[in-house]
Amino acid sequence: MSKVKVARKSTRIDMTAMSDVTVLLLTFFMLTSTFVKKEPVQVTTPASVSEIKIPETNILAILIDPAGKVFMSMDKQGDMVETLTKVGKDYGVTFTAEEIQKFKVSSTFGVPIKKMKDYLALKATDQDKVLATLGIPTDSLDNQFKSWVKNARATNPDFRIAIKADAKTPYKVIKDVMTSLQDLRENRYNLITSLKNETANK
Amino acid sequence: MSEIQTNDTGGKHKKGGSKQKKISVFVDFTPMVDMNMLLITFFMLCTSLSKPQTMEISMPSNDKKLSKDDQPPVKASQAITLVLSGGDSVFYYEGLPNYKDYKSLKLTSYSADGIREFLLKRNTEAVIKINELKEKKAQLKISQDQYTKQASEIKGGKNTPVVIIKAADQATYKNLIDALDEMQICNIGKYVIDKITPSEKFLIKNYQTKGALSANTAK
Repeated sequence: MSKVKVARKSTRIDMTAMSDVTVLLLTFFMLTSTFVKKEPVQVTTPASVSEIKIPETNILAILIDPAGKVFMSMDKQGDMVETLTKVGKDYGVTFTAEEIQKFKVSSTFGVPIKKMKDYLALKATDQDKVLATLGIPTDSLDNQFKSWVKNARATNPDFRIAIKADAKTPYKVIKDVMTSLQDLRENRYNLITSLKNETANK
Repeated sequence: MSEIQTNDTGGKHKKGGSKQKKISVFVDFTPMVDMNMLLITFFMLCTSLSKPQTMEISMPSNDKKLSKDDQPPVKASQAITLVLSGGDSVFYYEGLPNYKDYKSLKLTSYSADGIREFLLKRNTEAVIKINELKEKKAQLKISQDQYTKQASEIKGGKNTPVVIIKAADQATYKNLIDALDEMQICNIGKYVIDKITPSEKFLIKNYQTKGALSANTAK
Protein backbone atom coordinates (compact mmCIF):
# COMPACT_ATOMS: atom_id res chain seq x y z
CA MET A 1 0.00 0.00 0.00
CA SER A 2 1.21 3.39 -0.81
CA LYS A 3 1.12 6.17 1.70
CA VAL A 4 -1.22 9.03 0.98
CA LYS A 5 1.05 12.00 0.69
CA VAL A 6 -0.31 15.27 1.97
CA ALA A 7 1.27 18.07 0.09
CA ARG A 8 2.93 20.54 2.40
CA LYS A 9 1.85 24.01 1.55
CA SER A 10 3.29 27.23 2.83
CA THR A 11 0.86 29.20 4.98
CA ARG A 12 2.46 32.46 4.01
CA ILE A 13 -0.04 34.93 2.55
CA ASP A 14 1.17 37.54 0.16
CA MET A 15 0.43 40.86 1.78
CA THR A 16 1.39 43.04 -1.15
CA ALA A 17 -2.13 43.35 -2.50
CA MET A 18 -3.45 44.17 0.96
CA SER A 19 -0.80 46.82 1.32
CA ASP A 20 -1.82 48.32 -2.00
CA VAL A 21 -5.40 48.63 -0.85
CA THR A 22 -4.51 50.23 2.47
CA VAL A 23 -2.20 52.76 0.85
CA LEU A 24 -4.98 53.67 -1.56
CA LEU A 25 -7.46 54.14 1.26
CA LEU A 26 -4.95 56.17 3.21
CA THR A 27 -4.35 58.46 0.26
CA PHE A 28 -8.09 58.92 -0.15
CA PHE A 29 -8.59 59.88 3.48
CA MET A 30 -5.64 62.23 3.49
CA LEU A 31 -6.82 64.08 0.42
CA THR A 32 -10.55 64.37 1.07
CA SER A 33 -10.80 65.00 4.77
CA THR A 34 -10.05 68.01 6.86
CA PHE A 35 -8.88 67.98 10.43
CA VAL A 36 -11.44 68.51 13.13
CA LYS A 37 -10.73 71.67 15.01
CA LYS A 38 -10.73 71.36 18.74
CA GLU A 39 -13.67 73.30 20.08
CA PRO A 40 -14.22 74.06 23.75
CA VAL A 41 -17.93 73.36 23.54
CA GLN A 42 -20.00 70.85 21.65
CA VAL A 43 -21.98 72.57 18.94
CA THR A 44 -24.54 70.89 16.71
CA THR A 45 -25.29 73.09 13.78
CA PRO A 46 -28.82 73.13 12.36
CA ALA A 47 -29.38 71.60 8.94
CA SER A 48 -30.16 73.55 5.82
CA VAL A 49 -30.56 72.93 2.11
CA SER A 50 -27.92 75.49 1.25
CA GLU A 51 -25.16 74.02 -0.87
CA ILE A 52 -22.56 76.74 -0.71
CA LYS A 53 -19.29 75.49 0.73
CA ILE A 54 -17.39 77.61 3.16
CA PRO A 55 -14.03 78.97 2.01
CA GLU A 56 -11.05 77.49 3.81
CA THR A 57 -8.88 80.47 4.49
CA ASN A 58 -9.43 83.89 6.01
CA ILE A 59 -12.24 82.79 8.26
CA LEU A 60 -13.12 84.49 11.47
CA ALA A 61 -15.28 81.88 13.11
CA ILE A 62 -17.68 82.87 15.86
CA LEU A 63 -18.76 79.92 17.93
CA ILE A 64 -21.91 80.21 20.02
CA ASP A 65 -22.85 77.44 22.43
CA PRO A 66 -26.41 76.62 23.61
CA ALA A 67 -25.91 78.62 26.81
CA GLY A 68 -24.99 81.67 24.77
CA LYS A 69 -21.26 81.76 25.43
CA VAL A 70 -19.29 83.21 22.55
CA PHE A 71 -15.89 81.98 21.37
CA MET A 72 -13.81 82.95 18.41
CA SER A 73 -11.18 81.36 16.24
CA MET A 74 -9.00 82.48 13.37
CA ASP A 75 -7.08 80.39 10.91
CA LYS A 76 -3.88 82.42 10.88
CA GLN A 77 -1.69 82.53 13.98
CA GLY A 78 -0.05 85.80 12.93
CA ASP A 79 -3.43 87.52 12.83
CA MET A 80 -4.35 86.07 16.21
CA VAL A 81 -1.29 87.60 17.85
CA GLU A 82 -1.80 90.98 16.28
CA THR A 83 -5.48 91.02 17.24
CA LEU A 84 -4.65 90.06 20.83
CA THR A 85 -2.15 92.89 21.13
CA LYS A 86 -4.63 95.38 19.70
CA VAL A 87 -7.47 94.27 21.95
CA GLY A 88 -5.08 94.31 24.90
CA LYS A 89 -4.18 97.90 24.08
CA ASP A 90 -7.87 98.87 24.00
CA TYR A 91 -8.33 97.53 27.51
CA GLY A 92 -4.91 98.53 28.84
CA VAL A 93 -3.48 95.02 29.12
CA THR A 94 -0.04 94.20 27.77
CA PHE A 95 1.11 90.64 27.19
CA THR A 96 4.56 89.14 27.53
CA ALA A 97 6.19 87.18 24.72
CA GLU A 98 5.57 83.96 26.62
CA GLU A 99 1.87 84.69 27.00
CA ILE A 100 1.58 85.55 23.32
CA GLN A 101 3.28 82.28 22.43
CA LYS A 102 0.76 80.38 24.53
CA PHE A 103 -2.14 82.26 22.98
CA LYS A 104 -0.86 81.51 19.50
CA VAL A 105 -1.12 77.76 19.85
CA SER A 106 -4.67 77.71 21.24
CA SER A 107 -7.16 76.97 18.48
CA THR A 108 -10.17 78.74 19.95
CA PHE A 109 -10.23 81.65 22.35
CA GLY A 110 -12.95 83.27 24.34
CA VAL A 111 -11.93 84.73 27.66
CA PRO A 112 -12.79 88.13 29.12
CA ILE A 113 -9.72 90.28 28.50
CA LYS A 114 -9.20 90.97 32.21
CA LYS A 115 -8.94 87.25 32.86
CA MET A 116 -6.75 86.58 29.83
CA LYS A 117 -3.47 86.81 31.78
CA ASP A 118 -4.63 84.34 34.44
CA TYR A 119 -5.98 82.06 31.76
CA LEU A 120 -2.76 82.02 29.76
CA ALA A 121 -0.79 81.22 32.91
CA LEU A 122 -2.71 77.94 33.28
CA LYS A 123 -1.52 74.59 31.97
CA ALA A 124 -2.91 73.49 28.60
CA THR A 125 -5.09 70.76 30.13
CA ASP A 126 -6.58 73.17 32.67
CA GLN A 127 -7.13 75.78 29.95
CA ASP A 128 -9.59 73.53 28.13
CA LYS A 129 -11.63 73.02 31.28
CA VAL A 130 -11.69 76.72 32.18
CA LEU A 131 -12.37 77.91 28.64
CA ALA A 132 -15.69 76.06 28.43
CA THR A 133 -16.96 78.03 31.44
CA LEU A 134 -15.89 81.44 30.13
CA GLY A 135 -16.65 83.19 26.84
CA ILE A 136 -16.35 86.65 25.39
CA PRO A 137 -18.77 89.13 27.02
CA THR A 138 -21.32 90.39 24.49
CA ASP A 139 -23.70 92.40 26.63
CA SER A 140 -24.20 96.07 25.90
CA LEU A 141 -22.36 97.28 29.03
CA ASP A 142 -19.12 95.45 28.34
CA ASN A 143 -19.04 94.42 24.72
CA GLN A 144 -15.58 92.96 24.30
CA PHE A 145 -16.82 90.91 21.37
CA LYS A 146 -17.13 94.10 19.35
CA SER A 147 -13.56 95.01 20.15
CA TRP A 148 -12.32 91.59 19.04
CA VAL A 149 -14.15 91.76 15.72
CA LYS A 150 -13.11 95.35 15.11
CA ASN A 151 -9.45 94.61 15.73
CA ALA A 152 -9.55 91.38 13.75
CA ARG A 153 -10.95 93.33 10.82
CA ALA A 154 -8.22 95.96 11.21
CA THR A 155 -5.60 93.21 11.19
CA ASN A 156 -6.89 91.38 8.16
CA PRO A 157 -9.38 93.23 5.93
CA ASP A 158 -10.09 90.06 3.91
CA PHE A 159 -11.71 88.21 6.79
CA ARG A 160 -15.03 86.51 6.21
CA ILE A 161 -17.13 86.22 9.31
CA ALA A 162 -18.76 82.85 9.88
CA ILE A 163 -21.21 82.25 12.68
CA LYS A 164 -21.42 78.72 13.98
CA ALA A 165 -24.14 78.40 16.54
CA ASP A 166 -25.86 75.47 18.17
CA ALA A 167 -29.36 74.66 16.93
CA LYS A 168 -30.79 75.18 20.43
CA THR A 169 -29.22 78.58 21.03
CA PRO A 170 -31.92 81.09 21.97
CA TYR A 171 -32.38 83.79 19.35
CA LYS A 172 -31.70 86.45 21.96
CA VAL A 173 -27.98 85.61 21.95
CA ILE A 174 -27.81 85.47 18.17
CA LYS A 175 -29.54 88.83 18.07
CA ASP A 176 -26.92 90.35 20.39
CA VAL A 177 -24.13 89.05 18.20
CA MET A 178 -25.84 90.21 15.02
CA THR A 179 -26.52 93.66 16.46
CA SER A 180 -22.88 93.99 17.49
CA LEU A 181 -21.82 93.05 13.99
CA GLN A 182 -24.30 95.51 12.51
CA ASP A 183 -22.90 98.28 14.69
CA LEU A 184 -19.48 97.53 13.22
CA ARG A 185 -20.98 97.69 9.71
CA GLU A 186 -20.21 94.04 9.20
CA ASN A 187 -23.34 93.34 7.24
CA ARG A 188 -22.32 90.33 5.25
CA TYR A 189 -21.52 87.10 6.96
CA ASN A 190 -21.96 83.37 6.72
CA LEU A 191 -24.04 81.10 8.87
CA ILE A 192 -22.57 77.64 9.14
CA THR A 193 -25.04 74.79 8.79
CA SER A 194 -24.86 71.11 8.08
CA LEU A 195 -26.38 69.45 5.06
CA LYS A 196 -30.01 68.51 5.31
CA ASN A 197 -31.27 65.45 3.56
CA GLU A 198 -34.44 66.79 2.04
CA THR A 199 -35.88 63.42 1.00
CA ALA A 200 -35.38 61.93 4.44
CA ASN A 201 -37.21 64.84 5.97
CA LYS A 202 -40.46 64.35 4.11
CA MET B 1 4.32 39.28 -6.38
CA SER B 2 6.79 40.43 -3.83
CA GLU B 3 8.76 37.27 -4.43
CA ILE B 4 11.46 37.18 -7.02
CA GLN B 5 11.14 33.88 -8.81
CA THR B 6 14.27 31.83 -9.08
CA ASN B 7 15.00 28.62 -10.88
CA ASP B 8 15.83 27.02 -7.61
CA THR B 9 13.75 23.92 -7.21
CA GLY B 10 13.27 22.87 -3.67
CA GLY B 11 16.60 24.23 -2.64
CA LYS B 12 18.50 21.41 -4.32
CA HIS B 13 21.42 22.42 -6.44
CA LYS B 14 21.57 20.90 -9.84
CA LYS B 15 24.78 19.26 -10.62
CA GLY B 16 26.82 20.98 -13.28
CA GLY B 17 24.63 24.10 -13.19
CA SER B 18 25.86 27.59 -12.50
CA LYS B 19 27.26 27.95 -9.04
CA GLN B 20 25.81 31.39 -8.46
CA LYS B 21 23.74 31.38 -5.32
CA LYS B 22 20.08 31.99 -5.96
CA ILE B 23 18.17 33.50 -3.09
CA SER B 24 14.45 33.88 -3.03
CA VAL B 25 13.77 37.54 -2.21
CA PHE B 26 10.52 37.68 -0.36
CA VAL B 27 9.56 40.90 1.32
CA ASP B 28 7.05 40.48 4.06
CA PHE B 29 4.45 43.21 3.77
CA THR B 30 2.54 42.40 6.95
CA PRO B 31 4.12 45.15 9.11
CA MET B 32 3.52 47.61 6.30
CA VAL B 33 -0.17 46.71 6.25
CA ASP B 34 -0.28 47.05 10.05
CA MET B 35 1.15 50.51 9.90
CA ASN B 36 -1.19 51.60 7.11
CA MET B 37 -4.22 50.33 8.97
CA LEU B 38 -3.12 52.30 11.99
CA LEU B 39 -2.78 55.45 9.93
CA ILE B 40 -6.17 54.93 8.31
CA THR B 41 -7.77 54.52 11.72
CA PHE B 42 -6.12 57.72 12.87
CA PHE B 43 -7.33 59.66 9.85
CA MET B 44 -10.84 58.28 10.11
CA LEU B 45 -11.14 59.30 13.74
CA CYS B 46 -9.42 62.68 13.68
CA THR B 47 -10.73 64.20 10.49
CA SER B 48 -14.12 65.00 9.12
CA LEU B 49 -15.09 64.21 5.58
CA SER B 50 -17.99 66.57 5.18
CA LYS B 51 -17.25 70.21 4.82
CA PRO B 52 -19.81 72.35 6.60
CA GLN B 53 -22.35 74.14 4.45
CA THR B 54 -22.87 77.81 4.79
CA MET B 55 -25.60 80.33 4.23
CA GLU B 56 -24.67 83.76 3.08
CA ILE B 57 -26.76 86.57 4.44
CA SER B 58 -26.55 90.31 4.19
CA MET B 59 -28.12 92.26 6.98
CA PRO B 60 -29.45 95.77 6.49
CA SER B 61 -27.12 98.44 7.73
CA ASN B 62 -28.35 100.23 10.81
CA ASP B 63 -26.43 103.34 9.93
CA LYS B 64 -28.30 106.36 11.27
CA LYS B 65 -27.17 108.51 8.36
CA LEU B 66 -29.21 106.54 5.85
CA SER B 67 -32.00 108.67 4.52
CA LYS B 68 -35.54 107.47 3.91
CA ASP B 69 -34.81 107.28 0.18
CA ASP B 70 -32.34 104.46 0.73
CA GLN B 71 -34.97 102.38 2.43
CA PRO B 72 -37.71 101.89 -0.11
CA PRO B 73 -41.05 101.07 1.46
CA VAL B 74 -42.61 97.72 0.71
CA LYS B 75 -46.04 97.44 -0.86
CA ALA B 76 -48.47 96.10 1.69
CA SER B 77 -49.84 93.66 -0.89
CA GLN B 78 -46.41 92.08 -1.29
CA ALA B 79 -45.34 92.00 2.32
CA ILE B 80 -45.46 88.86 4.40
CA THR B 81 -44.30 89.00 7.97
CA LEU B 82 -43.13 85.85 9.69
CA VAL B 83 -42.94 85.95 13.45
CA LEU B 84 -40.84 83.13 14.80
CA SER B 85 -42.01 82.25 18.25
CA GLY B 86 -40.98 79.74 20.88
CA GLY B 87 -41.97 76.08 20.78
CA ASP B 88 -41.19 75.72 17.05
CA SER B 89 -44.27 77.66 16.10
CA VAL B 90 -44.35 80.39 13.51
CA PHE B 91 -46.98 83.06 13.00
CA TYR B 92 -47.49 85.01 9.83
CA TYR B 93 -49.60 87.83 8.52
CA GLU B 94 -49.94 89.38 5.11
CA GLY B 95 -49.66 93.08 4.50
CA LEU B 96 -50.38 95.39 7.40
CA PRO B 97 -51.19 93.92 10.78
CA ASN B 98 -54.78 94.08 11.86
CA TYR B 99 -54.76 94.69 15.59
CA LYS B 100 -58.49 94.33 15.95
CA ASP B 101 -58.95 90.90 14.46
CA TYR B 102 -56.83 88.20 16.09
CA LYS B 103 -57.55 85.89 13.17
CA SER B 104 -55.45 88.04 10.85
CA LEU B 105 -52.45 86.38 12.46
CA LYS B 106 -52.10 82.77 11.45
CA LEU B 107 -50.27 80.00 13.26
CA THR B 108 -48.35 77.42 11.27
CA SER B 109 -45.32 75.15 11.49
CA TYR B 110 -41.97 74.70 9.76
CA SER B 111 -43.04 71.48 8.09
CA ALA B 112 -43.55 71.05 4.36
CA ASP B 113 -47.31 71.57 4.56
CA GLY B 114 -47.00 74.54 6.90
CA ILE B 115 -45.29 77.75 6.03
CA ARG B 116 -43.79 76.32 2.83
CA GLU B 117 -47.16 75.65 1.27
CA PHE B 118 -48.28 79.19 1.96
CA LEU B 119 -45.08 80.77 0.64
CA LEU B 120 -45.08 78.64 -2.50
CA LYS B 121 -48.66 79.68 -3.17
CA ARG B 122 -47.75 83.34 -2.83
CA ASN B 123 -44.71 82.95 -5.03
CA THR B 124 -46.17 80.63 -7.70
CA GLU B 125 -45.09 82.77 -10.63
CA ALA B 126 -41.41 82.79 -9.68
CA VAL B 127 -41.40 79.14 -8.64
CA ILE B 128 -42.74 78.02 -12.03
CA LYS B 129 -40.18 80.15 -13.85
CA ILE B 130 -37.32 78.86 -11.70
CA ASN B 131 -38.37 75.28 -12.30
CA GLU B 132 -38.41 75.88 -16.06
CA LEU B 133 -34.95 77.38 -15.76
CA LYS B 134 -33.71 74.42 -13.76
CA GLU B 135 -34.96 72.07 -16.45
CA LYS B 136 -33.14 74.06 -19.10
CA LYS B 137 -29.98 73.84 -17.07
CA ALA B 138 -30.40 70.10 -16.61
CA GLN B 139 -30.67 69.72 -20.39
CA LEU B 140 -27.48 71.79 -20.73
CA LYS B 141 -29.24 74.48 -22.74
CA ILE B 142 -27.87 77.23 -20.54
CA SER B 143 -24.65 77.51 -18.55
CA GLN B 144 -24.34 77.82 -14.79
CA ASP B 145 -23.57 81.54 -15.03
CA GLN B 146 -26.64 82.20 -17.15
CA TYR B 147 -28.71 80.21 -14.74
CA THR B 148 -27.57 82.17 -11.69
CA LYS B 149 -28.13 85.45 -13.49
CA GLN B 150 -31.60 84.60 -14.73
CA ALA B 151 -32.60 83.03 -11.44
CA SER B 152 -31.69 86.15 -9.50
CA GLU B 153 -33.62 88.22 -12.05
CA ILE B 154 -36.73 86.12 -11.53
CA LYS B 155 -36.35 86.18 -7.76
CA GLY B 156 -35.99 89.95 -7.75
CA GLY B 157 -38.98 90.41 -10.04
CA LYS B 158 -41.64 93.03 -9.46
CA ASN B 159 -44.48 90.92 -8.17
CA THR B 160 -42.53 88.59 -5.91
CA PRO B 161 -43.38 88.75 -2.23
CA VAL B 162 -41.13 90.43 0.30
CA VAL B 163 -40.73 88.47 3.50
CA ILE B 164 -39.90 90.11 6.78
CA ILE B 165 -38.58 87.65 9.35
CA LYS B 166 -38.96 88.68 12.95
CA ALA B 167 -37.80 86.38 15.66
CA ALA B 168 -38.92 86.50 19.27
CA ASP B 169 -36.40 85.95 22.04
CA GLN B 170 -37.85 82.51 22.74
CA ALA B 171 -37.10 81.30 19.22
CA THR B 172 -34.00 79.21 18.70
CA TYR B 173 -31.23 79.54 16.16
CA LYS B 174 -32.63 76.48 14.40
CA ASN B 175 -35.92 78.31 13.84
CA LEU B 176 -34.08 81.16 12.16
CA ILE B 177 -32.14 78.79 9.92
CA ASP B 178 -35.35 76.92 9.09
CA ALA B 179 -37.04 80.17 8.13
CA LEU B 180 -34.08 81.20 5.95
CA ASP B 181 -34.14 77.74 4.44
CA GLU B 182 -37.76 78.17 3.43
CA MET B 183 -36.77 81.34 1.59
CA GLN B 184 -34.37 79.27 -0.51
CA ILE B 185 -36.81 76.45 -1.09
CA CYS B 186 -39.60 78.82 -2.08
CA ASN B 187 -37.26 80.90 -4.26
CA ILE B 188 -37.95 84.12 -2.43
CA GLY B 189 -35.31 86.64 -3.37
CA LYS B 190 -36.32 89.51 -1.13
CA TYR B 191 -36.28 88.87 2.57
CA VAL B 192 -34.97 90.64 5.60
CA ILE B 193 -34.33 89.78 9.22
CA ASP B 194 -35.77 92.45 11.44
CA LYS B 195 -36.15 93.07 15.12
CA ILE B 196 -39.40 92.16 16.77
CA THR B 197 -41.51 95.11 17.84
CA PRO B 198 -44.00 95.35 20.73
CA SER B 199 -46.83 95.37 18.18
CA GLU B 200 -45.88 91.86 17.02
CA LYS B 201 -45.71 90.70 20.62
CA PHE B 202 -49.17 92.16 21.12
CA LEU B 203 -50.45 90.31 18.08
CA ILE B 204 -49.14 86.98 19.38
CA LYS B 205 -50.60 87.55 22.83
CA ASN B 206 -53.84 88.59 21.24
CA TYR B 207 -53.87 85.41 19.21
CA GLN B 208 -53.13 83.25 22.20
CA THR B 209 -55.93 84.84 24.21
CA LYS B 210 -58.22 84.66 21.18
CA GLY B 211 -58.74 88.37 20.82
CA ALA B 212 -59.18 89.20 24.49
CA LEU B 213 -56.56 91.94 24.31
CA SER B 214 -58.03 93.69 21.30
CA ALA B 215 -61.47 93.44 22.84
CA ASN B 216 -60.16 95.17 25.96
CA THR B 217 -58.47 97.98 24.07
CA ALA B 218 -61.60 98.58 22.01
CA LYS B 219 -63.54 99.31 25.16
